[in-house]
Amino acid sequence: MASSSRFSPIFWGRWFWRQLTSMRTALFLLLLLALAAIPGSLYPQRSADPNGVRLYFDQQPEIAALLDSLQLFDVYTSIWFSAIYILLFVSLVGCVLPRTQVHLNALRAKPVETPQKLERMPAYVTAAAKGDQLDRAEQVLRSRGFRVRRLDDSVSAEKGYLKETGNLVFHYSLVLLLIAVGLGGGFSFSGQRVLVEGDTFVNNLASYDAFSPGPLFFENELQPFSMTLEDFEVVYDLRNPANLGQPVDFIANVTLDDGLTNSNSDIRVNFPLEAPGANVFLTGNGFAPVITLYDGVGNIAFSGPVVFLPQDSNMTSLGVIKAPDASPEQIGIIAFFYPTAQELESGAYASIYPDPIDPLLTMNVYLGDLGLDAGIPRNVYALDITDLDLIAGRDGPNPPIELRVGETAELPGGAGFISFDGLKRFASLDVAYNPGGLWIMVFAFIALVAIVFSLSVRRRRVWVRQLAGKIEYAALARGDDDGLEELIVDLRKEIEGD
Amino acid sequence: MNIVLNEPLSQISLLFVSAAMGLLAVALLMFAFQLARLKDDPTESRFERYGFWVLGAGTLVLGIGVFLRGVAAQRVPWANMYEFAISGALMILTIYLISLRVKDVRYVATFVTGFALVTIFAAVSLFYVEVKTLMPALQSYWLVIHVVVAIMATGFFAIAAGFHIFYLIKAAGVGRALMDRFPDLRQLERVAYRFNMVGFVAWSFTLIAGAIWAERAWHRYWGWDTKEVWTFIIWVVYAGYLHAMATRGWTGKRAAVLGLIGFGAVIFNFTIVNLFFKGLHVYSGL
Repeated sequence: MASSSRFSPIFWGRWFWRQLTSMRTALFLLLLLALAAIPGSLYPQRSADPNGVRLYFDQQPEIAALLDSLQLFDVYTSIWFSAIYILLFVSLVGCVLPRTQVHLNALRAKPVETPQKLERMPAYVTAAAKGDQLDRAEQVLRSRGFRVRRLDDSVSAEKGYLKETGNLVFHYSLVLLLIAVGLGGGFSFSGQRVLVEGDTFVNNLASYDAFSPGPLFFENELQPFSMTLEDFEVVYDLRNPANLGQPVDFIANVTLDDGLTNSNSDIRVNFPLEAPGANVFLTGNGFAPVITLYDGVGNIAFSGPVVFLPQDSNMTSLGVIKAPDASPEQIGIIAFFYPTAQELESGAYASIYPDPIDPLLTMNVYLGDLGLDAGIPRNVYALDITDLDLIAGRDGPNPPIELRVGETAELPGGAGFISFDGLKRFASLDVAYNPGGLWIMVFAFIALVAIVFSLSVRRRRVWVRQLAGKIEYAALARGDDDGLEELIVDLRKEIEGD
Repeated sequence: MNIVLNEPLSQISLLFVSAAMGLLAVALLMFAFQLARLKDDPTESRFERYGFWVLGAGTLVLGIGVFLRGVAAQRVPWANMYEFAISGALMILTIYLISLRVKDVRYVATFVTGFALVTIFAAVSLFYVEVKTLMPALQSYWLVIHVVVAIMATGFFAIAAGFHIFYLIKAAGVGRALMDRFPDLRQLERVAYRFNMVGFVAWSFTLIAGAIWAERAWHRYWGWDTKEVWTFIIWVVYAGYLHAMATRGWTGKRAAVLGLIGFGAVIFNFTIVNLFFKGLHVYSGL
């Protein structure tokens, strides 16, 4: 345009858009995306490995702070990673939209007019004509799935429109897939809950130990149901010496009550339970010894199962009991649980097998202010012992308390009694919902089918012209096509009938 | 779950795998002789013929070894690094031998045989573990689908990589006398493209199948686990390669280099990521 100056914003806008939507830019952005994804596998990510990030901060706080300022612990939600894939998708849409228009026109249009100089085509043969062969050519080309246009002295044919259709559908599917990922993640939620055998979970926000909602989550997404963990079973390999103690199955038997019906089913790894509005997954397990603690004046200061966190593959487990209501002094206990205990030379214990064959509890008992009354939230799995007095323990004035199932022991100094009443297991359950999943799968499979067509179908134009006793065959392909010669030879054979 | 593992049988399987290694080494020698002679005599084909017979025999023996390993473990033989490696080598050789009937891909025999040999050697000497019970997270039919397609994709990528290498050698003008006997650059590029194409589709499927499995096993379809990251990177690099093949100025050497980078990422994903990166896919068994 004469009026638009070389340096006008419109000029630069167009220039920028042309650059962005060019194949070269798409290629560049793709490679950049691959590069940008690498750091996410080198540094721990908050989304996949929050503990790793915490550890990094503990060990190298300065480097960690630097990495964090570059968003290297959140690579896949970082500004730079997002910028690349958003640019890539803008480029994709900008490239695909005009191509769609072109393709729609091509789908409606007849094959092109036969070019003057067929001999310039990449595949070309000529022969002497035997009578009028154009009708026959038209028939043969049609039967081979070509779209055919009959002209005065020639036939123009084209096939393989599915190649571009596949290409476009593939790219649109990727856009839709990305939208489904975004929206699905927005409405998604996942919540964790630890359930001891016999406990019931009611699906509402207050019941979760931890809950992570997507940005578009609304509370009504949580549909009413309750779930009771009836029984938790771990199946160990008992037949193969090399694998003794290796768990081969975890089975959480639950009763699900959705308000109308009760149903009983098993949750296993790889086999989540379909609850109303969410799936329930089994993510962890451990032991929950049932303990009763009587304080110095004979009242029950604590009673019930205590969730012990597993520390190793033989299920040595660590648990904490806090009894702020005990009198005369508050009681805190750090306890170890050994499903199959064996005494080491040092006098300490170790678990030598993960199943409870010879279970043993050992306890360090503390007295003093547990710090629970100050209103500061405390981790239930940890006990701050800085202000407490150790009254029984390996380094204490008295040996640690050792209990087997059914036993009761007296705490030193008349602080009370403690009994190990029974052993239960607990299951860590994840309740998760992501409405995007199904759509993502649908778009991914559409993309997969589309890319197969896009890569395998060949777009070809064929011309047959009969002029002055001579018949010419020519073919042209979009892109590289090593089968053109063969096609022409085949066509000629079929048309000339020999 | 009443699986009885059979370690003695696994040892017999190991014998077969080792024997296959010997046969592959002989085949590799034959192919190397063939290349050496081809330089002077374009009609030479004796060594090649014998080479393919030995390669076929090696593949068969390897197949028996892999099968026996599966019987010994009472499941599909690809649940740890050793098993991935021997199954992968078997898959590459099988794809290659079948491809021979469809396209003339004799030229990369040295590369394919050598690659399979190195893979099996690494498996036997570095990755071997006795048969073990499957951990619960792996007890799924997705182990069959997801992994077998991943191994298949790797096989196609590997053969394509062979063509990329010979393309680059020929394009660089090294070893003219020999490289002149190879198909022209266009043809080498074309065959590499075909194999990468199939590999890309298979890889896409692996990615989707993996996401579906992850949704069942880990309650999310995608979590940027290290293995997921690298699967994604490989997919993107090969997508880049396919774009390059359709971009003026990017076909030829650049596309070949991209294809090799993609294959390098596949190898990296299988070795370094499996052994040294922390993640959920810790099934190396080492």
